[in-house]
Amino acid sequence: MCGIAGLFNLDGAPVAPVSLRGMIRMLGHRGPDDTGIYSRNGAGLAHARLSIIDLASGHQPMCNEDSSIWITFNGEIFNYLELKEELLARGHTFATRSDTEVILHLYEEKGEECVQYLNGQWAFAIWDNQRRRLFLSRDRLGVRPLFYTQTGKTFLFGSEIKAIFANPVVSREIDLTGLDELFTYWCPIPPTTLFRNVHELPPGHSMTVDAGGIATRPYWDLQFAVSPEVVDPCHEASYSDQLLDLLADATKIRLRSDVPVGAYLSGGLDSTMTTALVKKVTNAKLRTFSISFDSAEFDESTFQNEAVHFLNTEHQDLRCTKNQIAEVFPEVIWHTEKPVLRTAPAPLYLLSRLVRNSGFKVVVTGEGADEMLGGYDIFKEAKIRRFWESQPDSKMRPLLLRRLYPYLQNIQNQPDAYRKAFFHINVDPKLQPFFSHVPRWQLTAKLKTFFSNEVRAQISADDTYCKVRKGLPESYPSWNSFSQSQYLETKYLLPGYILSSQGDRMAMAHSIESRFPFLDHRVVEFASKLPASLKMKVLNEKYLLKRCAKGLIPPSIANRHKQPYRAPEACSFLEPAARAYMDDLLSPEQIRRDGIFDAPAVTMLVNKFRKGAAIGTKDNMGLVGIISTQLLIHHFINHFERRMAPHDA
Amino acid sequence: MTLNDELRAFVTDSFMFGKPYEGFADDDSFIEHGIIDSTAVMELIAFLENRYRIKLLDQDLIPDNLDSVNGLARFVESRLPPNLTGAYDASRIVLGT
Repeated sequence: MCGIAGLFNLDGAPVAPVSLRGMIRMLGHRGPDDTGIYSRNGAGLAHARLSIIDLASGHQPMCNEDSSIWITFNGEIFNYLELKEELLARGHTFATRSDTEVILHLYEEKGEECVQYLNGQWAFAIWDNQRRRLFLSRDRLGVRPLFYTQTGKTFLFGSEIKAIFANPVVSREIDLTGLDELFTYWCPIPPTTLFRNVHELPPGHSMTVDAGGIATRPYWDLQFAVSPEVVDPCHEASYSDQLLDLLADATKIRLRSDVPVGAYLSGGLDSTMTTALVKKVTNAKLRTFSISFDSAEFDESTFQNEAVHFLNTEHQDLRCTKNQIAEVFPEVIWHTEKPVLRTAPAPLYLLSRLVRNSGFKVVVTGEGADEMLGGYDIFKEAKIRRFWESQPDSKMRPLLLRRLYPYLQNIQNQPDAYRKAFFHINVDPKLQPFFSHVPRWQLTAKLKTFFSNEVRAQISADDTYCKVRKGLPESYPSWNSFSQSQYLETKYLLPGYILSSQGDRMAMAHSIESRFPFLDHRVVEFASKLPASLKMKVLNEKYLLKRCAKGLIPPSIANRHKQPYRAPEACSFLEPAARAYMDDLLSPEQIRRDGIFDAPAVTMLVNKFRKGAAIGTKDNMGLVGIISTQLLIHHFINHFERRMAPHDA
Repeated sequence: MTLNDELRAFVTDSFMFGKPYEGFADDDSFIEHGIIDSTAVMELIAFLENRYRIKLLDQDLIPDNLDSVNGLARFVESRLPPNLTGAYDASRIVLGT
């Protein structure tokens, strides 16, 4: 795992090595083991390396046999050994043992279609010197990040936006569309980012850049099948066997590494399953890592301990406090490069530090199972709301809402009449394609109350969800509602928040590479063809996964009620460690200077927290969103030069 | 300050952070306009119990009583001691704070 950056002067002007060095230096945390640059013919590539495969000869940027094609690559190609065999058979010669070189030769062989053959997680740029063309690509699900911009005749790209900003020709301004989208969907919708004129290459897309301009195209998208809802029990066993075989192979190829691989173990079904699969395919002693909390509301250590005992792993736990969350939060936002509405990334930042300090560079983790195999409460909630919608006068159907969110006391304690009202079922017909997500998006959008009048006047209020609607596949209306909600979750929240703000950015902050067996595209494509009833049987989430996990994980974990990963929220900012920045960032003067939020409204919200008033979801998200936005402005707009190495500034 | 004024100020400050939408009326439903969420209901109940020294029973927790400024005012009026109903003046009455 690594950091990549580069630039391309479309007019052929030479690229100064100092520019490339300045960019890649900003990504040192992604690749502390080695750096390299290449520039020629108006193009330049840079690389910061985290050595995992072929430690001795995997230096990048790397070229093909005749030096006509160069690559800078962040990620892993897990099927590189199989691809290499085929390429050798076709006459290619290899100078290294790396997966990087496999991409180069595959590109020679297949051109831009090479990405169709890759099983992995990647962001790379290939410079084709003869054609004077840059080819960039990002993996199917968006595990690895890639950003770009064009200013005048110069195209720049990087694993993180900070690398692009290291080039002084790039201006740094907040993009209000990105902000508006984040305060609706929890993430900007690619190619929009939080910075004006800086774009994100969407997952499953490739792009070419040459004198003719920039062309972006999708090479893969999620496609769900219209499946029979009733499954013969005999077929259930077959589906379960197929899923287990796929997961075992997905895990096996994700253990390909020249350094030891550890595993995250949250105490939930997914990470316990991936850990069990690692144990199933290797005999080596496995190191596992987890987070625990003092507050019982968030803590899962009982289940973590059960999993450790059952799977016999060598385990390390990070006991995370609210004060630690407050302490690292500014650094967390330096890495996320966008606001967050939850503090949940902060403990993961601390966890990756623990893993790194324990001598590990690679972990296997369980992300992706909830999206593809039907684990999230939002799917369950939508199912109950649909069930209720079919008989709106029913007194019994809404009672099912009690079964939702047993871990949220607010929901459990509220009067029935209110519970019904909050889980409204009367969705505007125009919004039916988003039925599952409308309550979440509408609740989040309420946070825009805190925006200043100037910002509110500039963000578009018309044609709700227009951009998401335009991005839906043609076949979307023919899918069942369960698949539709899976698509929305997998297409937007997964790459835009789970795999980035909680995933890549928190792990790579401490040079840790995460690998995700559930996001192997073969698993994803298999899951997308499954009948919805095998994902959530009545209200039993991840039904098929539980079935194939039998015997591999402790029954108590297979049968427990799903508890999503959560951390102590905005109350963390009342801790001593937050004093160092809260008063400055949220002072009425600073809020007015930065211009995004309404100063009196922010003061009222902060006072409400300090008074210890009852704090709900909206208030929590509001305060975390405001602090993180102010930190973003602090780091990237007001004081970016402070973060650059002295000789770059 | 009338009872309506006081309740309206509480709702505006606590749930709308001093930024009521244009045309916010005393009959507007808090739920329909997304003014309160599940926690806000609890906060609202705590405020009523503390400020007006009244006790809300389970059967009181219905939108008719709690879902608009006017609904709240009617409900509070019905629970205040007889000497405090009618021309309510918040500055004159020593209740909870």
